[in-house]
Parts: sequence; structure tokens; C-alpha cells
Amino acid sequence: MWHDALLVARKDLRIEARSRVALWQVVPFAVLVLVLLAFAVGPGVAPLRHAAPGIFWIAVLFSTVLTVQRSVAIESGEGTRDGLRLSGIDPGGIFLGKAAAVGLQLLVLQIVLWAGMTVLFDVRVHVVWLAIAATVAATVGLACAGVLYGALSAGLRVRETLLPILVLPVLAPVLLAGSKAWQAALSSHAGSGAQWLRILIPFAVIYLVVGTVFYGPLQEAA
Amino acid sequence: MMAVATVSRPRWLSVVGLLGVVAVAGTVWLGLWITPPDVTQGNLARLLYIHPPLATVALYWAGSVAAAGSLLYLWPRTRSLFWDRLAAAAVEVGAVFSALTLITGSLWGRPAWGAWWTWDARLTSTALLLLLELGYLALRRVPADVAVRARRCAVAALLVAVDVPIVHFSVDWWQTLHQTGTVLDPGFHLHVHGSMAWTLLLGFIAFSLIFVWLLGVRYRIEVLQDMVGDQELEVSLVERWSEGTELAGVGSAGRGRPGGETP
Repeated sequence: MWHDALLVARKDLRIEARSRVALWQVVPFAVLVLVLLAFAVGPGVAPLRHAAPGIFWIAVLFSTVLTVQRSVAIESGEGTRDGLRLSGIDPGGIFLGKAAAVGLQLLVLQIVLWAGMTVLFDVRVHVVWLAIAATVAATVGLACAGVLYGALSAGLRVRETLLPILVLPVLAPVLLAGSKAWQAALSSHAGSGAQWLRILIPFAVIYLVVGTVFYGPLQEAA
Repeated sequence: MMAVATVSRPRWLSVVGLLGVVAVAGTVWLGLWITPPDVTQGNLARLLYIHPPLATVALYWAGSVAAAGSLLYLWPRTRSLFWDRLAAAAVEVGAVFSALTLITGSLWGRPAWGAWWTWDARLTSTALLLLLELGYLALRRVPADVAVRARRCAVAALLVAVDVPIVHFSVDWWQTLHQTGTVLDPGFHLHVHGSMAWTLLLGFIAFSLIFVWLLGVRYRIEVLQDMVGDQELEVSLVERWSEGTELAGVGSAGRGRPGGETP
């Protein structure tokens, strides 16, 4: 399964590297969300700093929807899904591979967003381990839940409108816990910030397990 | 015109519906006229004869039927459209009860907490449950082959069910404005007594009966919808053929008269 996952992840990442949709569409979109929300909250530095974690995760959430839609679109070509199913690759492996590819793209996106926030909002991370732990756990959760819901909407003509309705409520706990953990990471001490990892880590584990188990039936239904 | 097959309404369902309506009327009567006002909350406590029963139905009854139905559909040995339709009916009825739970909670919260809404863990997770249920219903309405739709919806329902334990334990996991278990504490000790306890018990029975009734009615509609979907094309074809025959009859009658003109 792990070997299959690696194969699928490499395939998806190679397609992204060639098409550069993530680079030229998703990343600019995320930065645009960052700037637009800054317009709504700013222009003072103090309110921007206060709202920075929430703005960051809102931008990541919206970008997750776009990245997942792109990940689904890769498989929506004529006979692509059937080809993948006929290849004998383990469905759990396909899920893990697609989630890994989406997760990796999201991590790169978050680095870009973080750089943008440092410049635009003048914020600094003080508790580095907490920011990294929260980001990694949240990204795994976002990628797994996103790919699972992407599979639910795959093959439907209305998937562009259906996916946000399905996935955004599910991702709301990540927005909440990620923002709170980042709020603590931006302050001078971790405080109770680490307790939000108790939401992010189980969320990631639940969707990782559920996705690995149920991706097969969903693939057959697509 | 071709007759569309139908499914008879079972008698037990009508009996359950009638009992449910009578029990709800009984709850309203006991709650408004017989039980005394609460020592601390006064008449406001009367809303609590319906709010916990509504929440119980939304969370536990609808949640467990939807999850069990979906699991049984996904399990190859028990795969049957019966479980898919039952799960779909449970999610739809559950969405109605979730909305009613939020509305009654909000009506109580305004005088008790001073706000229609607060970002409390129990309230937020319940609102999330409603949004997830609406997402499921949106997915359900996307046209697809019955088996494909059933499989998608079964997985979606299980993902909705993930939120149910979160709503349940939210008051224990986080410090919330919403109180922890009030009727029964974790040690199953009853905190409501006398006529208030009986009214609340009747409320639980009443809304559980209404849930079973609505579940049965909604299940029947699911069956009828699928039957109509299957027969729609056949009926349309028969109608089209009959139109063609009539036109041909008119045409041949017209040809029978010189010039085809009516006098």
C-alpha cells in the first residue's frame, strides 16, 4: 500500500510540476485572500496581528478546496479513473498518495503565506515547535478530509459547487484549533495553545483511517 | 395512460403518527398547565420539556439510524437499498430535528444567557451537524445511478456521524456555557423529579414516536421517488405513442375527406 501511495503521490506531484496550476492559480489565490482579509481587518498593525492566525487559516482552508478540486480534476479525464482502478493499485494507497500530494502542496503554500504574513502583518512566531506541530497535524487533516470529500464529489457535474458545501463544515474544527494554536505560537509563551493539538491530531488520524478504509467503495461509486 | 405502481402506507405507521401527535399534545398540556414553574428559571424552564427530547432525537436516534443504515449498506453481505433509503430518511429527519434543537435552544438562550447565539462548543458542534446534514442532502439530490448514489451517500452519512460523539462530549471536553448532562448525570442519577420528570419523559416518548413516524413516511417517499424515476421514461413513451396514434387517426380521417377540410 505504501509503495502504491508513493507512486500516486509522485504522479500527482509530477503533473502539478508540469502544469503549474498550483503555482500560478492556487498560490496567488491564497495570497489574494490574505490581502483581501487584511483590507477588511486593517489597516492598523495591532488588529492585523490579532487576526493574523484566523486570516492565515481561512486562506489555507479556501486553498484546500481549490487544491482538492484540482486533485479530483486530474482523475476526471476520459477513462482515467477506470485506468487507475484497473491498474490494481490498492485504493487505500491511492487515497494516501493523493492526500500526500495535496498535503505537500498545502505545506508549500503555507510557507508562502507565512512569508507574506511576516511582511504584511509584521508577525513573528515565538513558539516554533507549536507552530510546526499545529501546521503539520492540520495539513494532514485538511489533505485527508479534502481528498475523501473530493472522492465523494468526483464524477459529478456539480462537483465545483458541491465540494465547498460538503468539505468546509468538516474543516471548521481545523480552522478553530489551528487559529488558536497559532495564536499561542505567535505570543511569547505556548500557554494553553498545545491543548488545541488534541483536536488537530485526532482529526488527522480519524480522516486518515476513514479515508484509507472508505476510498475503495467511493472509487467504485465514481 | 399507464398506471404508476404505488406502495401502500402501513397501518402501524399511521398508529405511531397518531400516538406521537397525542403524546406531543400531552407534553404541551402538562408542560404549560400542570407542571409548576421552576424555582430558578420560572416559566422559562417549560421550554426544556421539548428541547432535550428534540436534541436526543436529532443526535442519537437519527445519528445511529443513519450510521447503522450506511454501514449495513456498505457491508457487502447486508447490502440492500432498504438500508440506503433508511439512512437517507434518518439524515433528512435528523436535519429537521437539529434545526428545531437550535431554534428552541436559541429561544431559551436569549432570556437565560442574554444572547440568541453564543460560540459555545455544544452549540457550534450542533450547528456543524446541521451543516453536515445539509451537505449530505445536497449530495443526495445530485442525479446519479441509484447504486452509485447509495454508496456515496453511505460514506457521507458516516462522515456526518463522526460529529455526533463530538456534540455529545463537547460539554465534557471543553468548558462550555451549555450545561453538562442535566437530566441524567454520568452516574445515571436523575436530577428532575415529580411532575416535571413525567412531563420530560413524555416529551422524550412523544418526539421519539414522531421521529419513527417521520422516518417511515420519508422512507416511503424514497421508495416512491425511485419507482417514479424507474417508470417515468416508460410512462412518457406510452403517452408519446398514444399521441402519435391519435395524430395518425386524425391524419387518416383527414385523408378520407377530399381536401381534408372540415365542413
